[in-house]
Amino acid sequence: MLAKKGVNPPSFRKTGTTIVGLVFQYGVILGADTRATEGPIVCDKNCEKIHYMAPNIYCCGAGTAADTEAVTDMVSSQLQLHRYHTGRESRVVTALTLLKRHLFNYQGYVSAALVLGGVDVTGPHLHTIYPHGSTDTLPFATMGSGSLAAMAVFESKYKEGLTRNEGIKLVTEAICSGIFNDLGSGSNVDVCVITKGGKEYLRNHLQPNPRTYTNSKGYSFPKKTEVLLTKIIPLKEKVEIIEGGDAMEE
Amino acid sequence: MSIFEYNGSALVAMVGKNCFAIASDRRLGVQLQTIATDFQRISKIHDRLFLGLSGLATDAQTLYQRLVFRHKLYQLREERDMKPETFANLVSAILYEKRFGPYFCQPVIAGLGDEDKPFICTMDSIGAKELAKDFVVAGTASESLYGACESMFKQDMEPEDLFETVSQALLSSVDRDCLSGWGGHVYVVTPTEVKERILKGRMD
Repeated sequence: MLAKKGVNPPSFRKTGTTIVGLVFQYGVILGADTRATEGPIVCDKNCEKIHYMAPNIYCCGAGTAADTEAVTDMVSSQLQLHRYHTGRESRVVTALTLLKRHLFNYQGYVSAALVLGGVDVTGPHLHTIYPHGSTDTLPFATMGSGSLAAMAVFESKYKEGLTRNEGIKLVTEAICSGIFNDLGSGSNVDVCVITKGGKEYLRNHLQPNPRTYTNSKGYSFPKKTEVLLTKIIPLKEKVEIIEGGDAMEE
Repeated sequence: MSIFEYNGSALVAMVGKNCFAIASDRRLGVQLQTIATDFQRISKIHDRLFLGLSGLATDAQTLYQRLVFRHKLYQLREERDMKPETFANLVSAILYEKRFGPYFCQPVIAGLGDEDKPFICTMDSIGAKELAKDFVVAGTASESLYGACESMFKQDMEPEDLFETVSQALLSSVDRDCLSGWGGHVYVVTPTEVKERILKGRMD
């Protein structure tokens, strides 16, 4: 209604993204780029898109940044309460069901596209969750604006029973394909390896876009800015410590 | 015109060596007419935590009042001030509550955390936090501010250098934005004092 009167709705911060996951010999490897955009502008050059859900479950998020953060935080808290309640390690399908029920309830208005992966007592699992609440269970998955670029790499090079290093190399290649070919993805590659033994979060595993053009001298401003008024407020210590004070009376 | 461009604003926060600076412009307008040239966008939450709110001024005022209320309750219960990271989470939660009818504001939070480590953060209008280690920007002049800060920022600046850098970045960016300007308001906060300065800028 507001749009008809010429008031355009605000553009929310999106993670126009490349997120991937694959199942390897001993578990699951998740990968993501690190660029967050606000319309055409890059507002965060190094954001975290791989969110913690449980000690053995991690989730990559694409779509509206506030939605992916809020929904993964909420389900992570629900999973912890569930762990306290049952006394058992969380299962990936539990996280999957909690997420899909929430997203379906909001009929796609909570714009979060997720790649959920983890290892539990039943083995390694990898799922994709779409904003309207549908899910897929796959051996390798990609989501986000760079998903086509990453999927091209996966479709040509994926095979079953990859080793840890092969898996990390393939995930990195897929994310790099998204970073270089998709305008909505960029900056660095984050990787998370989850196995039965534990997890390894490789933040900024690869940094293919360093800033090489900074002038080492930097800017110096010899002409001072014109100041109209200066007010200095000293910050006092709040508590005065009295050494060797009198003992309190009973 | 977008609802964010109704009042016009420019906010920037930068990290220095054991200090931070938060700066804003001073114009309050109604679309293209200026109605105030001394509008306060940056408010103090406690001695070591400052909040700047850009965007629609009425939502900024209401949001500020709600946040001060929550912080006062926190102070009564916990008998201490809120850490900047905790405050950022509080602001994010309050903004996301209104996910489908949001406050049209973009907050910039700057504070000194444990061991006097500076903390800055910004969010979009529905609470998606962006924690940066160097600088954060918000407002109608944000695109120019991104460019100015990206080139002028240096790591570990002393308070005086930080003040100069933030002021130059702010003034040069608002000069390229019709909706913000009319001077600048800069707070430089170190563990021992808060220096508040008003800058002279172009009055157009």
